[in-house]
Amino acid sequence: MTQRPPVPVLEVAGIDSLILRLFEHIDEDNMPWILAASQRLRAGFGTALIDLVPSYTTLLLHYDLERIDAAQANALIAEAFSDLQPASSEGGRLHHLPTWYDRRVGPELPLLAQRSGLSEAEVIRRHSTHEYQVFALGFAPGFAFMGLVDEALATPRLSTPRKRIAPGSVGIAERQTAVYPVVSPGGWNLLGRCPTKLFDHGIEGYSLMQPGDRVRFEPIDHAEFIRLGGNDSPLEATA
Amino acid sequence: MNGNASRGLKVVRSTPFIQLQDGGRFGVRHLGVTQSGALDWISQYWANWLLGNALDAAVVEITLGNLDLLCQQDATLALAGADLGATLDGQPLAPWRSFRVRQGQQLKFAQPRQGARAYLAAPGGFDAPRILGSCASVAREELGGLHGNGAPIAADDPLRWSTEVDTQREVPGKQIPVFAPSPRLALIMGAQLGDFSGQSLFDVFNSPWKIDTRADRMGMRLLGPALHCRRTTMVSEGIPLGAVQVPPDGQPIVLLNDRQTIGGYPRLGALTPCAVARLAQCLPGETVHLRPALQASAQEAQRDLLRQWRDA
Repeated sequence: MTQRPPVPVLEVAGIDSLILRLFEHIDEDNMPWILAASQRLRAGFGTALIDLVPSYTTLLLHYDLERIDAAQANALIAEAFSDLQPASSEGGRLHHLPTWYDRRVGPELPLLAQRSGLSEAEVIRRHSTHEYQVFALGFAPGFAFMGLVDEALATPRLSTPRKRIAPGSVGIAERQTAVYPVVSPGGWNLLGRCPTKLFDHGIEGYSLMQPGDRVRFEPIDHAEFIRLGGNDSPLEATA
Repeated sequence: MNGNASRGLKVVRSTPFIQLQDGGRFGVRHLGVTQSGALDWISQYWANWLLGNALDAAVVEITLGNLDLLCQQDATLALAGADLGATLDGQPLAPWRSFRVRQGQQLKFAQPRQGARAYLAAPGGFDAPRILGSCASVAREELGGLHGNGAPIAADDPLRWSTEVDTQREVPGKQIPVFAPSPRLALIMGAQLGDFSGQSLFDVFNSPWKIDTRADRMGMRLLGPALHCRRTTMVSEGIPLGAVQVPPDGQPIVLLNDRQTIGGYPRLGALTPCAVARLAQCLPGETVHLRPALQASAQEAQRDLLRQWRDA
C-alpha cells in the first residue's frame, strides 16, 4: 500500500475539464487512493460535477462552468485531497464471474499456452486463481479493464482485431483482462466466455462492475455455462 | 396539450446518419457510457428556442439529408443548422425559423448546400424513452433513440410530440451562425502540448487541416503535416469533448460526442464547445484552422454565449 497520499498534478484538459494526475505508473496500490479521491470529489463538487472518470493513474473531472469557475474547481480539488485516507482494500464489491474456458470460445488458448510455455490447463488455472482489480471502465458500457494478469500470460493484442466478438468473451491484452459486455470489434486474446450480464440499463447502477471492484473468474463446464444462460454460438456469428 | 390527437410525422425514407439527439448523457461516463448528444449543439439550441422548448430537448439530427417525412397532423415545427435543401410540398424551406405544416404535407431534406447537419424540432421535443437520463442515440451502445435501443431513425418510425405551439419565431439575423469556409477553431491548449516538437507546434496552428473521409460522431480525422510527440505510450485516461489526440501516424483526430470514454494517445488539447459545433458543420474535404485558446477566456466566452438564449 502506498502510504503517502498522492498530490494531484492538475492539467487543463478542456474548457470545463481537468486531468488530475495522481500516479506515474499502473499499480494495484493506486486504486484505494483513486477511489477515496473520487468519493471526496463527488461529495465536494455536488451538483457542479458533471462527470468523473477514474482510470489507472488519473481522474478526468468535468464540471459545470455555469456553476463554478476554474479557481473554484481548483479549490474544491485541494479540499478533497486534504487529509485524504486510502479507501479500504476491502472497498468495492467482489464479483465471481463464472467462465467457460474452452477453445471453441477461447481461440487464443493455444497461443497463450505456447507463448507462456504452460499447458492450457495451467493457463486457465493462473487466470482463474488471481483476484483482479477493476482499474477503469471504458471502450464500451460496462467494459472493465482489470489487472494485473500473471506475467507469464501477458500477451500483446492481436495484430488484426476481430470485427465481431461475442458478448461475454473473456480476453487478455498485455497484463490486463476483460469481458466484452456487448457485441463489438476487438483485439484481445480470447480464452473463454462468461454468461453473466455485465451491463443493463434496467439494473441498479447499470454496470455490474464499477471502478475499484474486485473480480475472480470461476471455471465452469459447458453444461453449467448453458444453464446460466450463456450463448455458445461461434465467435463472429452471433446475431 | 392534445396528446390523443398527436400523430406526428411518419418517416418515409431515412439513413443511418439521421438520429434522435438531445443534450447528451451525463453522470455515467465512469461506466464507459459515452456522452452523445447533438454535435452542433448551438443549432440544436436555436431549433428548440424557436418553439420555446428546453434548449436541450430531443431533436432530429439530420446529417447530410436524404430524409422524407409525411406530416400526419397540423403543427408548428422548427429548423436550424445546415441548409440541406429542405422543402415542404416542394417549396423551399429556410432554416433558422419555425414553420407551420398541414396534415398530408411532405417535408423533405435533399443534400447539403451549406453545412452538414440540420436540426428539426417539435413542440416540447420529440417523444422518446430516456435511457440513463437521455434519449440520445448511440447505435454501438444500443442506447437511446425512439425505441431506446440506439437505432437511428428508420422508415415507418413515428415521430411524435405531446404539446402545441402557435407562435412563429425567427432567429435574430445577427445571431444566426455563419458557416463561412475555412473556420478557425479554438483549441484549449492542454498539458501535453509541450511534449510535441517545436516544428509540430508551429504546424498545428499554422497549417490548413483537411477533414478526412473518416469522420463520424465519434471523431474526425484531420489531414496535414505529420505531428511528432516525444511521448509514445501513455496510460489510458479520460477523454473530454473535443480532445485532439495524435496517434503514431501524426494525423490528429478530434474526438466528438460519441467518443470512447478513455484513451491513450497524446493530446494537443481540446476544442471549445463552439469549435466542436462549427466542426460538426464541416464536410470531408473542407479545411479548418486551429487557433490557440486559454481556458479562462474560453470559459468567459462560453458563459456569454449561453446567456444569449436566456436573453433572446
